[in-house]
Amino acid sequence: GRLLCGPGLRRSGAGLLVTKCGLLRHRAAGGGAYWVDSQQKRYVPVKGDHVIGIVTAKAGDVFRLDVGGSEPASLSYLAFEGATKRNRPNVQASALGVGDLIYGQFLVANKDMEPEMVCIDSSGKSSGMGIIGQDGFLFKVSLGLIRKLLAPKCEIIQDLSQLYPFELVLGMNGRIWVKAKTVQQTLILVNILEACEYMTAEQRKQALAKLSGN
Amino acid sequence: SPSPGDTSVLAGLYGPAEAKISKELPDRAAMEVLLRPKVGLPGVVERSREQLLRQTCEAVVLGVLHPRTAITLVLQVLSDAGSLLSCCLNAACMALLDAGLPLTAVFCGVTCALDPDGTILLDPSTQQEQEARAILTFAIGSGERKVLMATTKGSCSVEEMQQCLAAAQRASNTIFQFYRDSVHRRYSKS
Repeated sequence: GRLLCGPGLRRSGAGLLVTKCGLLRHRAAGGGAYWVDSQQKRYVPVKGDHVIGIVTAKAGDVFRLDVGGSEPASLSYLAFEGATKRNRPNVQASALGVGDLIYGQFLVANKDMEPEMVCIDSSGKSSGMGIIGQDGFLFKVSLGLIRKLLAPKCEIIQDLSQLYPFELVLGMNGRIWVKAKTVQQTLILVNILEACEYMTAEQRKQALAKLSGN
Repeated sequence: SPSPGDTSVLAGLYGPAEAKISKELPDRAAMEVLLRPKVGLPGVVERSREQLLRQTCEAVVLGVLHPRTAITLVLQVLSDAGSLLSCCLNAACMALLDAGLPLTAVFCGVTCALDPDGTILLDPSTQQEQEARAILTFAIGSGERKVLMATTKGSCSVEEMQQCLAAAQRASNTIFQFYRDSVHRRYSKS
């Protein structure tokens, strides 16, 4: 199979150039892939990434979203499930205002063009994407923490779910939206997630044990 | 551990971020360096150093991956005990590494001072800089220790400059090892 050259590596001439510092990772499945696991806070849009965007403007037929990159992304009115030009369900333009949160994925994202987002997947289903509801809390963490949280069977998420029931949306652009039953529980979850970046597993378990004891 | 009075510079890197229309470049990132002295407003010396730093950084950053964006590097001088420009170069490179910007190489800065009797002093203090006949600062790249930037204050012969360059290239190994150790320490925590 073909060897895939992932983030942090670049083909130059006959060889490979390492462009970022970090841990070199390898995946043997499907022909093999190498990439560099680096830590950064600044997001660069990548096609297919699921991100949380904030609506900054409505311009004609599109919304302008801030996704944390160098340019605002565009999201068409029609890029929602079941939307047609005539039939605009109430999840649509009228309900969506400046300042709302959207969870979507990038349809177009490269260095030469303005990024475009959609809230439907390739088969036309929304599969969890769309407007994120009212309340809850949005905050920013580093991209490495998001990748750790998105890993299957993430310990942090499992430990937190023992604490309180909550809703969680993770954006690959470093943004996390949390909502628990009360404001206090929401803020506790926010503080733990932000601190997870610097805590080891034992420190985290100690902090959670102290909280569930209260 | 650095004692008070040693040269130290705080570096902050922002980018790739949205660039002003007047400053954006169509095919690569626009790099900007701001150097703030410890006291007073930035003057001509700071402006010329900003240009040297900018040219060095532009040589290593893969700006073609982020066209029409702006990368801003802000350096604040905390204390100056000599060899300020090479300290700024080292701080700039560490900021680039820390921010995760794509680089083709890393670089380090080394300052050499030439005594009136021809002795080469590396990383001179302010006193040694004032007594020296010439002060040379080099930015050395990590691949094959190539020279990315060279600037001289004072006068020296070509042979003396070659000797200083060779000394600087030898000294750069220590600095690159320091970069490796710092990055290793950072990634071993995750």
